[in-house]
Amino acid sequence: MTAQEVANKIRDQFAPAITGEVAFRGEMSFTLQKPAVRDACRFAKETLGFDYLLDITSVDHFGDEPRFELVYELYGLAHGVHLRLKCTVSEDDCSAPTVTDLWPTADWHEREVFDMMGIRFVGHPDLRRILMWEGYPYHPLRKDFPLEGKSSEIPDVAFSEVAPLAGGPFVSSPTEGNTQVREPRARHAGDLAKPEKFIAEP
Amino acid sequence: MTQQSPVAYDSKIEGNIIFTQMDSAINWMRSNSLWPMPMGLACCAIELMAAGASRFDISRFGAEVMRFSPRQSDVMIVAGTVTYKMALAVKRIWDQMPEPKWCIAMGACASSGGMYRSYAVLQGIDHLIPVDVYISGCPPRPEALLDGLMKLQKKIMGEHSVVDQKKALLETL
Repeated sequence: MTAQEVANKIRDQFAPAITGEVAFRGEMSFTLQKPAVRDACRFAKETLGFDYLLDITSVDHFGDEPRFELVYELYGLAHGVHLRLKCTVSEDDCSAPTVTDLWPTADWHEREVFDMMGIRFVGHPDLRRILMWEGYPYHPLRKDFPLEGKSSEIPDVAFSEVAPLAGGPFVSSPTEGNTQVREPRARHAGDLAKPEKFIAEP
Repeated sequence: MTQQSPVAYDSKIEGNIIFTQMDSAINWMRSNSLWPMPMGLACCAIELMAAGASRFDISRFGAEVMRFSPRQSDVMIVAGTVTYKMALAVKRIWDQMPEPKWCIAMGACASSGGMYRSYAVLQGIDHLIPVDVYISGCPPRPEALLDGLMKLQKKIMGEHSVVDQKKALLETL
């Protein structure tokens, strides 16, 4: 089975739900409406032979509506074809159906998406945080979350503090010059009046 | 015997008896058998392993017995990036270590968060547990760890516990 045959079958089956389609270097990406994405995953696994879920990721289009986008990366070990299924998730209804019953590996992928982006997976057997600790109040990979973090505290369990960035975050500028010029500690490190004082050889 | 010298030596009874203070003897034993609790969390742990291997051989300082049980260890070597999530486990293991206990923060991350200025990383293990020796480097070479260990040995040699206990006992009498 080739990527083109896969794409044709997806189109035949889910034509009303497909809202976007991209072909890039032989890989097909379909954007579907959220209620259809689980059916599409089931169809891809059971009929088209996509037995390997490579990853589930999420994108934060901060400022747009709908805000979030889920990406399912599928691969078939037998035929070697990649398939990417996407769906948008709005901030108001920040949830999506789980695919853990199709691919058991989706368990931890969905936990990571939930932990980092705050999208809940309906039907997930054990939707706990996976990277941050239980009780942490934020979802750090959202675009409106600062890199240095926010302070949080659960008494006697855990805390986090704002990390000192000293004018950062660390930046790299595509200019001429040596590493010290291209990669200052921070754009406005230390003295804001004389930011260049951290550059040894301007 | 003067206060300056911890050991007295009498040539008439040479080779058999050394007079010393309890504190000096205890400190000498403690500092030369520092069993580490290896808290290897990142690349610093590779250098910690190198310090344990034959070229650098941490056993020259009596610290080769890497105990993966906190109940049998004396010094926790925090080698690597301490994320907030791991910090819970580090604190828990530290609490399980019996007194007296010491802590070495090995490398930039354990000392200050290092280059990880981010929401996920504890900005220095001293936010959570008391640190005796900080070792700079990213990662530090094994020589630096051995130097830190020798600094800790020197620190332990200056500690006094029995003298204080004796004073407290005398006051109660």
